[in-house]
Amino acid sequence: MEKKNPDVEIGTATFTRRLLLLAVAMFGFGYLLVPLYSVFCELTGFGGKPNETAATVVENIDENRLVKVEFVTTVNEYAPWEFSAAVADMEVHPGKLYKATFRARNLSHETKVAQAVPSIVPVQAAKYFRKTECFCFTQQAFSPDEARDLEVQFIVDSNLPSYVDTVTLSYTFFDTARLAQNN
Amino acid sequence: MLKSNRDPGYRFLYPKQYRQGELPMIRKLCLITLGLLGTSVAHADWALNMTKGVTELSAETYDLHMLIFYVCCAIAVVVFGIMIFSLVQHRKSKGAVAATFSHNTTAEVIWTAIPVVILILMAVPSAETMVRLEDSRDPDLTVVITGYQWKWHYAYQGKDVEFYSTLARESNDARGKDSGIDVFSVDNYLLDVDRPLVVPRGAKVRLLITSNDVVHAWWVPKLAIKKDAVPGYLNEAWFRAEESGVYRGQCAELCGKDHGYMPIVVKVVEPEEFLAFVASEHDEKARVASAN
Amino acid sequence: MSSTTHSAEHHDDHGPAKGIKRWLFTTNHKDIGTLYLIFSLTMFFIGGSMALVIRSELMMPGLQFVHPEFFNQMTTMHALIMVFGAVMPAFVGLANWMIPMMIGGPDMALPRMNNWSFWILPIAFGILLSTLFMNGGAPAGGWTMYPPLVLQTGNAFPFLVFSVHLMGISSIMGAINIIVTIMNMRAPGMSLLKMPMFVWTWLITAYLLIAVMPVLAGAVTMLLTDQFFGTSFFLAAGGGDPVMFQHIFWFFGHPEVYIMILPAFGVVSEIIPTFARKPLFGHDSMVYAASSIAFLSFIVWAHHMFTVGMPLTGQLFFMFSTMLIAVPTGVKVFNWMATMWKGSMSFETPMLFSLAFLFLFTIGGFSGLMLAIAPADVQYHDTYFVVAHFHYVLVPGSVFGIMAAAYYWLPKWTGVMYDEKLGKIHFWASAIFVNLTFFPMHFLGLAGMPRRIPDYSTQFADFNMMASIGAIGFGLSQLLFVYIIIKAARGNGVKATAEVWDNPRGLEWTVPSPAPYHTFENPPTIKE
Repeated sequence: MEKKNPDVEIGTATFTRRLLLLAVAMFGFGYLLVPLYSVFCELTGFGGKPNETAATVVENIDENRLVKVEFVTTVNEYAPWEFSAAVADMEVHPGKLYKATFRARNLSHETKVAQAVPSIVPVQAAKYFRKTECFCFTQQAFSPDEARDLEVQFIVDSNLPSYVDTVTLSYTFFDTARLAQNN
Repeated sequence: MLKSNRDPGYRFLYPKQYRQGELPMIRKLCLITLGLLGTSVAHADWALNMTKGVTELSAETYDLHMLIFYVCCAIAVVVFGIMIFSLVQHRKSKGAVAATFSHNTTAEVIWTAIPVVILILMAVPSAETMVRLEDSRDPDLTVVITGYQWKWHYAYQGKDVEFYSTLARESNDARGKDSGIDVFSVDNYLLDVDRPLVVPRGAKVRLLITSNDVVHAWWVPKLAIKKDAVPGYLNEAWFRAEESGVYRGQCAELCGKDHGYMPIVVKVVEPEEFLAFVASEHDEKARVASAN
Repeated sequence: MSSTTHSAEHHDDHGPAKGIKRWLFTTNHKDIGTLYLIFSLTMFFIGGSMALVIRSELMMPGLQFVHPEFFNQMTTMHALIMVFGAVMPAFVGLANWMIPMMIGGPDMALPRMNNWSFWILPIAFGILLSTLFMNGGAPAGGWTMYPPLVLQTGNAFPFLVFSVHLMGISSIMGAINIIVTIMNMRAPGMSLLKMPMFVWTWLITAYLLIAVMPVLAGAVTMLLTDQFFGTSFFLAAGGGDPVMFQHIFWFFGHPEVYIMILPAFGVVSEIIPTFARKPLFGHDSMVYAASSIAFLSFIVWAHHMFTVGMPLTGQLFFMFSTMLIAVPTGVKVFNWMATMWKGSMSFETPMLFSLAFLFLFTIGGFSGLMLAIAPADVQYHDTYFVVAHFHYVLVPGSVFGIMAAAYYWLPKWTGVMYDEKLGKIHFWASAIFVNLTFFPMHFLGLAGMPRRIPDYSTQFADFNMMASIGAIGFGLSQLLFVYIIIKAARGNGVKATAEVWDNPRGLEWTVPSPAPYHTFENPPTIKE
C-alpha cells in the first residue's frame, strides 16, 4: 500500500501483540478478582465472613451495652454429623471475651473430617465479630461414632455499629471427603 | 384471567370427559388472538400484575413497581408518539422532503438532562424502601430456612419445632409425564406442600436462610421476599403479615431437576392459633419419642 | 501466535480458490464473513429448535414431552448456543464483510488469524452439542453455570468448560482482528470520527470482548480446577465462596449483554439514515453514548444478584449505577428519533426491521429500567418478567438488528435484490409472533411464575399457551428468511445497482454489487 492513513501510529504486528497481551492480562485479572474479592469482603463485610485466622484483640469491655449473639448450625449435603450449639443464644457485652460451645457427633462408622464454615448476619457485623480461637480455623477429624465439644472464643468489637442489636453466627459443617477426593 | 383453575376455558385441549356444556374454543380463541388485556383484566386477581401482598413492604414494593411502570408509560407515550407522528408525516410517499440537519445542541442537552432528573426522583423512594427491607431488628419470631434438593426445612428458633416441607402428594402424583391425572383437577397444582410454614399474624418474623447443597431461593410473592439460600452462607429477611391466610411461592433459583417442584406455603394464623400449633408440634414430638 | 499482516501477503490471484479448500483455507474477509453468517444461521436454528422444545413443553401445565432433566438441558443449551453461537458470530460475520469495505481497506488486518478464529467455532459447538449424547446429558445448570449446581453436571462438565474456552479464544481473536483492522486499515482521510457508526460500535464491542471474555475463561477454569484438581475457589468447604463465582460471572456477563447489542445499535444507525434520506442525528454524541454504555457496563454487574444477600450500600451502588445506563441509552433512542424527524421515509424490509428494533428494544429498555429498581427487582428476579425483558432486548433487539443488516447488505453481497414482498411478509410475521411470544411473559413473571421450570401451576396456563403459539409461529417464519436468502444467493432476483438504495452514505456503496472478491486494493479517496 502506497497511500497510508496518516492516523496509523502503531504497526499491525505490535498492535496485535499488545492486544493479545491485554487479553492475557484480563485472564490474569479474572484470577486477581479472587484475592480482590476477599479484601473487599474483609473491608466491607460483604458476604458476612468473619476472620478466618485467630485475631488478637484486647478486651475493652462496654458494660453499658448488651448484644445478643445467636447460633445457627447446618450440616451440608447429608454429611453424617449431628451438630448443634450448646445454647441457642447468649447476651454479651461488646469488648469482652466469651466462649461458646458446639456439640458434634460423627454418625458414621468411619473416620470423617469436617470443616465448619462460618457466616454472620447482619453482614455489617461480620468485621466486628472477632474470633480469637475457633474450631473452624482448622479441619476437625472425628473417629467413628465420636462425639465431642467444639469451642469458639470471640469478642464482639465495641465499635459494632449501634444499630446492630443481634449478631447471628452460623456454622455449616462440610464433609471434606469431596475435597480430599479431588486432591 | 379465568375465574378458577377449573374454568372450562382451560380444557379445550383436554380429554372429552372434562368438556361438557361449554364454549371453550371461542373463548380460548378470543383470549389468544385478541385477547389478552380486555378479557383478562376483568377477572384479574394478581394474574396480570404484581401482587400488592399482605405486608407493608410488599405494598411499598408494589407502589414502587407501579410508579416506575407509569413513568415508563409516560415516556413511552411521548417517545412512541413522536416516532409514530414522524412515521406518518415524514414519508416519502407523502412527498416529504428530507431536511438536512444533524445536530441540535439544545435538544441533546434536554434529553440528557430530563432522564437524569427522572432517575433521581425514582432513586429516592427506592432507596427508602431498601433501607426498611434490610431492617430485621427486634423480631418476634425467628425461623431458620434451609434449602435442600428438593424441599425446604423450617426450624423455629427457640421453639423446638422443626420439619421438612415438600411438594403435596396430589401434585406429586400428577406431575409425572405419564401420570394420567389431569393437572387441572389438582388444587393448587405444584403450589401446595405437605406441611406449610405456620406463623402468627402481626408478628415480625425474621427468616435466616441457608442451603444444604446448591443455591436455592426462597420466594413468596405476597410477602415480597425473595432471598437466595447459599450453602455456607446465612441470609436474612423479614416480614410482618397483616392478614391471615395462605400464601404460596416457589423456589426461584435453578437448583437441579426438581427445581420446579419445591413450592413454599406460608400459613399466617391468629396468634392463639399459632400457640396451639406449637403445642401440637410438641405433643406430636413427645408421642413419637415415647413410641420409640 | 503469528502476526501475519496484510502487507506481508500478496493476493496475486483475483478470484477465490475452488471447492472445499476455498472455504477451509480462505483468508478473504468476504468468504470468512459468509462462513460466520452461515454458521450463525445454523446455530440460530439449532438453538431455536431447543426453544421450541421448551415452549412445547410449557404450552400446557403438566409434563407432556420431556423430563425435567432434559428440560433443564434445553434451557441451558438454548442460551449458550444463541448467545455464543448465533448472535455473537452473526455480528462478527457482519463485521468481516462490512468493516473493511466501510473504512476503505482491502481486507482484515490479520487474514490468517481470521480464518482460525472462524474455524475454532464449529469445533467448539461440535463439542458442546456432543454433550447431549453423553452420560448424564448436556449441561443443565443454566448458562450462568452457578456452582455448586454446575459441579453436579455429568460427564459433560469438562467438555462444557473446554467449549467455552474455545468460544472465548475465537471471540478474542476476532476482536483483536477487528480492532487492528479499524485502527490500521482505514483509507487515508478516514479519520476516527468520520467512521460509520457500525464501525464505531464494533470498535467498542471488540474492546469489551477482549476485556471480558478472558474473565469468563478464568471463571470456568476455576470451576474446572475446583472439580478435578483440588482447588477451592467456589467450594465453601475448602474456604471458597460460591457467591464469588456469581460476581466474576456477571463481571463478564453484563458487558456481554452490550457486546450483543452495541453492533445492532451500529446497524440501525446505518439503516435509519438511509431510509429517512437524512444524515444520522448526533453522530458524535452517539459515539460518546456507546462509549459510556460500555464503561458503565463494568460497574453494574451485581444488579443480577440483588437477592444474593448484599450489604445495603452495595445494593444502593448497583441500583444507582444501573439506572444511569438509561441516560446514554436514552440518548441513542432520541437520536434515532431525531434522525427520522423531518426525513423522507420509505419502508423497505431493512427499515421495517430497524423500526421494530427501535420500538421493541425500547420496551426491553423500559423493563430494564424497572428491573434496576432494587426493591421491585426482588419481586421480578428469576421470573418470566426477566425472561421477557432479556428476550425483548435480544430477539427484537439483537436478532432484528442482524436481520435488518442482512436485508440491507444482501444486495451488496449477492448482487441481486432480495424478494421485497417475501421480506415484508417475513418481517410482519416475525414482528407479530415475537410479541405474541414474549409480551405475555411479562404478565407471567409479575403473576409469579419463576424461570427455568418445566411445569407450572394451572393459573399460568393461558399466557403460556399464547407464548408457545407465538414461538412456533416465530420459528416457522424464519424458514421464510432462509428461503429469501437462498433465493438471493442464487442470483435469483432483480440485478442490484452499486448504490442499491436511494443515495445511501458509506464506502460500501461505491463498489459494484455483488462486491468483487477484492475491494479497495487501492484506497479510495475520502470526500469531505
